Amino acid sequence: MTEPKKDLVQSPEEAASSGTLAARLSLSQRAGGVAVPLATVILAFLIGGLVVLATGHNPLLAYRDIFNGAGLNWIFHPTTNTAIDGGVPAQAAFNLTQTLLQTSTLILTGLAVAFAFRCGMFNIGGQGQYFIGLVVANWIGISLAGLNSFPHILLAIAAATLAGAVWAGIAGVLKATTGAHEVISTIMLNWIAYYLASWLFGVGGPLHNTDPTQATSPVSNPILESAKLPVIWGSTTLQGLSAGFLIAIAALVVYWALINRTTLGYEVRAVGFNPDAAAYGGINVKKNIIRAMAISGAFAGLAGGIDMLGYLFKYGQLDVQVSQVGFIGIAVALLGRNTALGVFLGAFIFGGLLYGTTQGLTSNVIQPELSQQLTYIIQGLVVLFIGADILILYVWNSRKRLRPRGAARTPAKAVY
Amino acid sequence: MTTWSQRLDNPVSERLRDPATTGYVAIGLGAFAAFLAIPPVEARSPAWPIAVGILAVALGIWTATRGRQRLGWGAAVGGLLGIGLGILATRSGTGNLETVFDATLIDQTFGLATPLIFGAIAGMFSERSGVINIGLEGMMLMGAFWGVYGSDKGGTWVLGLLIGMASGGVLALIYAYFAIHLRADQIVGGTAVNFLALGITGYFFQQFYNGQVSGNPSTIPNLHISGLGHFLENSIGNLSLLTWASFLLVIVAYVVLFKTPIGLRIRACGEHPRAADTVGINVYLVRYCCVALSGLLVAAGGVYLSLGPQGNGTFIFNMTSGKGFIALAAMIFGNWRPAGAFAAAVLFGFSSALALKLQIYSPQASTLFQVLPYVLTLVAVAGVIGRTVAPAADGKPYAKQ
Repeated sequence: MTEPKKDLVQSPEEAASSGTLAARLSLSQRAGGVAVPLATVILAFLIGGLVVLATGHNPLLAYRDIFNGAGLNWIFHPTTNTAIDGGVPAQAAFNLTQTLLQTSTLILTGLAVAFAFRCGMFNIGGQGQYFIGLVVANWIGISLAGLNSFPHILLAIAAATLAGAVWAGIAGVLKATTGAHEVISTIMLNWIAYYLASWLFGVGGPLHNTDPTQATSPVSNPILESAKLPVIWGSTTLQGLSAGFLIAIAALVVYWALINRTTLGYEVRAVGFNPDAAAYGGINVKKNIIRAMAISGAFAGLAGGIDMLGYLFKYGQLDVQVSQVGFIGIAVALLGRNTALGVFLGAFIFGGLLYGTTQGLTSNVIQPELSQQLTYIIQGLVVLFIGADILILYVWNSRKRLRPRGAARTPAKAVY
Repeated sequence: MTTWSQRLDNPVSERLRDPATTGYVAIGLGAFAAFLAIPPVEARSPAWPIAVGILAVALGIWTATRGRQRLGWGAAVGGLLGIGLGILATRSGTGNLETVFDATLIDQTFGLATPLIFGAIAGMFSERSGVINIGLEGMMLMGAFWGVYGSDKGGTWVLGLLIGMASGGVLALIYAYFAIHLRADQIVGGTAVNFLALGITGYFFQQFYNGQVSGNPSTIPNLHISGLGHFLENSIGNLSLLTWASFLLVIVAYVVLFKTPIGLRIRACGEHPRAADTVGINVYLVRYCCVALSGLLVAAGGVYLSLGPQGNGTFIFNMTSGKGFIALAAMIFGNWRPAGAFAAAVLFGFSSALALKLQIYSPQASTLFQVLPYVLTLVAVAGVIGRTVAPAADGKPYAKQ
């Protein structure tokens, strides 16, 4: 007889030293609730503000500008629509549509990371899967002329999703069959996708544009009108909010249902939590590792799809070089604690930062080029602090130990 | 007789996993690389023999770092010979190939390999002590920017190098605190480091320089060696000082890690921290030192990027653009060993040098060589043939008792 496992309730100490990633994350989910992510964001913004202050800018004004740049001041004029009547309210409404466009993308790249986390894996390859989604959506979008709008869009989005799933599935298959760590393989796949996209969209590449006036610029053809997603808020000429936002919201619901309400979700979570126990319970571990990675990649591929059909329409080498949305997905998932609602809020914060710090800025308190970099600093701080919340858990848990329930766990030594 | 029955009992998959098999495959590929260029196949583009040759060298390094040293290094040399013969055979055909394959290719190979060597050795120190360092990219980026800043404000590249290295070291210490004391997930922490470095360097680059380095910061000088003859002078006669330093670093790293008590302690912390703690080694101290050293070294590679012959005193946003990750790949490919990491870094440098040179003639082939390091590493970690052996406690936070 082997010794029985001593305690099913792990302390953060044990979780940190021996537990799987999923075990740790579920622990942190039980603890802290919404307070820890909130404190993290506030702390990150404070430190970011200090950097702004130290370099001779007014952080309060800078943050107010970013707030307005993200269009969040729209809540003061909620009845105005974009660009139809001029002035500040219309500008705010327009900015908000742009923020929500970014939010849609980040919801999906965040879900890609979150889903893998729930299955005990770290999908750091959201960026690569996003590129693959973009490429496939562009390819379908520029071909199949004459097709009706609905089937064209459906086909392009389905293909982009599938392509993302396959790309991430490579890492899943490698992990399941040879034990290759998914972090290393997804990092490598990121860069392979990066160069693949650069080559495809580059001069002489298969997806390079056919416009003679653009022959030397490494940009693809714009997709056909029939493949463009309809605009649900704002005007088409100024590129308002596309239906991609609704798709992203739907993906949140799918994610929630998949994880919490299906056998598939139960199995992948069980494998992530403890592969040995899952195997003992009759769950096919290898199959579920591959499934989990593929579903995770599908979310990122879908992000690429709705971006291409929703507002980008074409893509170039330079866009490939600066894109970071897949990586921001990591911060979104961590901040959102891998829950559907949390991912939405995280994506909204980073979507606002991403747009608010760049195009949205109107006054001269802080240059857009400067505040853009502030996004990365804040993002880094958020990830750093969230990753370390084991410390906060430790404090939380040691406080809990003083309570009766904790005391009841050591009855033998109680001397009365 | 027993050997025969044993061999028959061994499943094919097991025999395929034997490093020796890889070695023989590598030798075969080396021969195939040379064969591709001559009739009857007669590939006109040198890209094919070179790609096959690189694969042969890679497999050779793979074999060598996994136990079969003589066979592996032999195969690597065979692969190089295959590349050479392939080039010679195709060169006779087309004229412009001579501008691609000359002595400066070797110069560029070492030049491009330098940051990778620094990064791979840096990563090795950290991971041998048991801390995964995904943040190499970010620390390298810090070195690249603060190196320029130090050289610009201090007036000399020596100060640039010191300040650049220090910036990497500071970021590494912050990371070390989170990874070691707070026992944060090391992959998450490393990702955070990469974001932070991107933001910090970008922010101050904009703040101090408005996105464009003005003036001419002093750059790292090259070491001129004369009297070697035309070929050697063009290939290794004009390498940067830091390139030579990186060669030296490989030897020092080998001696320190494998021939000294300090190295034994470092490796003990990476393999079995509990045992190391029991015999009185301060695991936290060793890990802190190794992560900090890792930051210093990889930042030196970053300084080379901006103040070396390629950067020449300039910095651009996100200058490293994945070099830190290639360094990580080189370390994994080299099986966490100095010689292996060095060989992999030089191979990846060669691949990048070819990509640069081929850009003019064939962007397609250029992309092929840029992507090669990542593909090779992906194949390597998959462990279809022989397996990577990371330090046992790599990435696992240690809790003192």
